Amino acid sequence: MDTQATPEATELRAVRTTGQGTPGALGAVLPFLVLLAVGVAFPLFGGGYWGVIATRACVYWVLVSGLNLVVGFAGQIAIGWVALLTLGAYATSVLAAGNVMPALPPYLALVCAALVGAVFGLIVGLPALRLRTFYFAITTLGFATIVTQVALAWQSVTGGGIGVPGPVFPEPFASQWGFYYFCLGLAAVCTWMTANIAASRFGRALTAIRDAEVAAEASGIAKPALLAIVFLFSGAVAAVAGGLFAALQSYITPDAFTFDLSVLFFIAILIGGRSSVLGPLLGTILLTVLPEFAAPLVAWSTFLYAALLLVIVLAIPGGIAELLDFRNRRPLESGRAIVPQPRLVARLLDAAPATGALTLDQLGLSFGGVRAIDGLDLEIRPGQVHGLIGPNGSGKTTTLNVISGYYAPQRGAVRLEGAALPPLARHLRAHMRIARTFQTPRIVGSASVLQNVMIGGTIHGHGTFVESLLSLPRHWRDEAMLRETAMLALAAVGLERLAPVRADRLQHAELRFIEIARALMLRPAFLLLDEPAAGLSAEEIVRLSTLLLAIARAGVGVLLVEHHPDLIFDICHHVTVLNLGRKLAAGTPAEIRSHREVVNAYLGG
Amino acid sequence: MIESIILSGTAMGCIYALIAVTYNVMFSASRVFSFTAGTLGMLGGVLGALFIARMGMPVALGFIVVLAGGAALGLVTEIVAVRPVLKSLDQHLYVLSTLALALMVQQFTAIEWSTEPQPFPRLFGLARVDFDQQFWLPMLACAVVIVGLELLYRHTLIGHAFLAIAEDNYAARALGLPERGLRMTSYALAGVIGALAGFAGGEMMLAFFANAPLLTFYGFVPVSLGGMGNNRGAVVAGLLLGLFQQTANFLVGGIFASVAVFAVFIIVLLARPDGLVGAAQQRRV
Repeated sequence: MDTQATPEATELRAVRTTGQGTPGALGAVLPFLVLLAVGVAFPLFGGGYWGVIATRACVYWVLVSGLNLVVGFAGQIAIGWVALLTLGAYATSVLAAGNVMPALPPYLALVCAALVGAVFGLIVGLPALRLRTFYFAITTLGFATIVTQVALAWQSVTGGGIGVPGPVFPEPFASQWGFYYFCLGLAAVCTWMTANIAASRFGRALTAIRDAEVAAEASGIAKPALLAIVFLFSGAVAAVAGGLFAALQSYITPDAFTFDLSVLFFIAILIGGRSSVLGPLLGTILLTVLPEFAAPLVAWSTFLYAALLLVIVLAIPGGIAELLDFRNRRPLESGRAIVPQPRLVARLLDAAPATGALTLDQLGLSFGGVRAIDGLDLEIRPGQVHGLIGPNGSGKTTTLNVISGYYAPQRGAVRLEGAALPPLARHLRAHMRIARTFQTPRIVGSASVLQNVMIGGTIHGHGTFVESLLSLPRHWRDEAMLRETAMLALAAVGLERLAPVRADRLQHAELRFIEIARALMLRPAFLLLDEPAAGLSAEEIVRLSTLLLAIARAGVGVLLVEHHPDLIFDICHHVTVLNLGRKLAAGTPAEIRSHREVVNAYLGG
Repeated sequence: MIESIILSGTAMGCIYALIAVTYNVMFSASRVFSFTAGTLGMLGGVLGALFIARMGMPVALGFIVVLAGGAALGLVTEIVAVRPVLKSLDQHLYVLSTLALALMVQQFTAIEWSTEPQPFPRLFGLARVDFDQQFWLPMLACAVVIVGLELLYRHTLIGHAFLAIAEDNYAARALGLPERGLRMTSYALAGVIGALAGFAGGEMMLAFFANAPLLTFYGFVPVSLGGMGNNRGAVVAGLLLGLFQQTANFLVGGIFASVAVFAVFIIVLLARPDGLVGAAQQRRV
C-alpha cells in the first residue's frame, strides 16, 4: 500500500499543474483591464459627440452583457430584447417624472425599472422553456412590436407619440463626463458579473443546455430554474440600460426604440462569438462605433449589421472569440493514447455505495403496435456489472431511456432501493445518483474538455447564482472543488493531458471516455453506459474494461448496453439477453455463452 | 358594424393565411422556417405600388412582374440563407441566416423606397362598395392559392414529388428525386405566394416596409396554431386570427388588440407547443 501512495501523489501533482493553465489566468483578464483603462482615459482624447458615442456603447453593453447569457450561453434566440430596453426607459422616465405617482429620485426609479425589467424578462423568456428556436424567436419579435405599440397608445402614462423626458441624474453624474463614468462603471460591473457567471457552474450548465441538452438533464441540471434566473437577470440589466438610455437621449418617444436596436444587440453577440464575454463586448463596441466613421453609413447601419450577420453565420460561426482563440489552433499531439488509471477511481468514488439494487419490475412500453419492452425484469446490484445485450431493435437503449426518464413505462416500474422512480423526471435521476452516457457522445464542442467534465458535477456545487454573480467565497470553493474533482476524473479515464483543449477537436474514442469522466463526476451509485465500446480500438476496449471493473469495485452498479461480446463476457457479473423487448435469457456469462437460443439468435456459431 | 368586422377580419385573415402557406411551402421542402415569409408579403405591396403607381405599368404586367420578384427573392432565400446551413440543421443557423436576409431586404426597402407608408393603387377602376375589391382580392387570392396547391399536390407528378420530399427527405433522395431542384422550385413557389399575399392585400396594408415584421409575426401565428406544414389548418387558423384581431380591434382598440392576439398566441403555444393539430415529438436520445 505504501509503495503505491508515492507515485499516485506525483500523478496528482502533475494533474494539478496541468489544471492551472486553463481558465481564470491573468491572460483572460488582461483584455478587459485594457478596455477599462481605455474607457477611463477616454475623456482625455475625445470630446463632445464622441463622448455621446462612448456613453452609448457603455449603455448598450449593459444590456448586451445580460442578453449574452441568454443568447450566447443558453443559445436562446431572443431577437426582440429591445422591448426590455423600451420598458426600462419608460419605467425609469415615468417614475422619475411622476406621471403616475409621486416622483421618485432617479436612482430609485432605476432600481424599480430593474425590478420591472426582471419580471418582464421572465415573462418574455418563459416560452423558451417549451418552445423551440424559431418559435421563441418569433415570440420575442412579437413582444417587441407590441411594447412599442403600447408605448404609443398609453398616452396618459407614456405621452404617446409626444414622449416623456428622460431622468436626470444629480451631481456628480449630471455633466456629460460624469454621466459617462456612471455608465462606464455600470458596464464594468456588468462585465464582471457576467464573466463570473460565465466561469461558474451556471455558465457551463447554460452551454450544456445549448449544445447538449440531454447531457445537461442527465447531469441533473434543471433547465427551467436556471433559465428563469438568467431571464430575470437579463431583463433587469436590460431595463437598467433602458433607464440610462433615456437619460442619455434626455427625451424619449416610441420612435427611439426601433427594431434595428434589437438587431444591433443580437448581432453584437453573434459577431463576438458564443460562450464568450470578451467577444460580444468587442462586438458591441464595434457595432456602436463603426457607422460613425463614415457619415453615409449611418442610414445603412442596420443593413450592414444584417449583412455582417449573414457573413458570420455562413463563414465564421464562432465569431470574434474563435478568431482570438490562438491556443486552440496549435496542433494536437498525434498518436496519443488513452491510458486510464483505474487506481484513481476509488479515490474519486468515495461516497457510500447504494444499499439496495436498481430494479426493473415487469417493465412494458409500446410504440404504436411495436412492443419495445415487454415485461422485462432486471436487477442491477451495487458493485456489479450487468450486461444488457441483444440484436438491434431489441429494446436495449429504450430500457436505458426508461430508467433515465426519457420514456414513461406503460406497465411496471423502475425501483431504486425499493422505491419507484418518478417517470419522466429526467434531471432528478442525477440527484438519485444515477448517471449515464450516450450512444452518440453528447459534448459541448466549444467548451474545453475540463469544462465538459465539470458539467457532470454541477449539482454538487453549494453556492447560489447570486453568489457566483458576485464572486463570493462559496463560488470559489465550488469552482476549486469541481476543478479538482474533474481533473481527478480525467486522470482516472486517462485524458488529463487534454484538459484545456476544445472538446470538438478530440477523436471519437476520447469523447466516449470524456462522457464516462463526466458521469463519474456525479459520484454515482449506478452508472448506465450505452455502447461505450462502439468505435473503440481493441486496445482501447481492454482499457475500458479495466476502468469499468474498477468503477464496479468502488461499489457502483453498472448497466452495460453493448454489442461487443468479448467486453460483455470479460467483465460482466450478470448478463441479460433481450430479443424483441423480451428477456431471452439471463445468467452468468458462462451460462449465456452456452445458452443454445442465444447462440443461435445472436452470437452465431 | 358587424359586417365590416367580418369583411376586414376575413380579408386580413386571408392575408395571414397566405403568409402561413408561404412558411409552410418553404418548410415542407427544407424543414426550415424562414423569416423572409413576411418580407415577401411586404415586397408584394411595395413592388406593386412601385411598378403600377410609380412606373405606370399596366395592372396585369405589374402583377406578373411582382410575382416574378417574389419568386426571385424566394430563390435568393434558398441559395443564400438556406442551402448553406442545411447540413447542420440541428444548430438552427437558418434562424439567423434567414433573419439576416429578411432584415437586409427590409432595410433596403426602407432606404430606397420610403420609410413612410405609401398608397397602393386601386387595381380595378370600380366604384367603392361595401364588399370592396380591397376585401375580396385577398379572399380570391387565398382561395386560388389553396385550390391551386391542392390540385398541384394531389394531381400532378411534381406535386407528388413535393409531398415525397416533405414526408421523408432521405427516402425521396434515395429514390432519385432531384431534391435540390424541387427545393428551389418550392422556394420560388413560396415567393410567388408571399408576394401575391402582399399584392392582394396592398390596398388594406399599404406599401410599407414595416409590414415585413408584422406579417412575419402574424403569418407565423396560424402556422404554429394550425400545425407546421398543414395548409388547411393554417387557413382556418389564419381566418380565426383575422376575425379575432378585428373584433378585438373594435372592442378594446387597436393597440390592445395586438396585445390580445399576442397573449392568445403565447397561451395556446404553451398549452400545445406542436399546434392545435399536434405532431409527434421526435426521439431525442
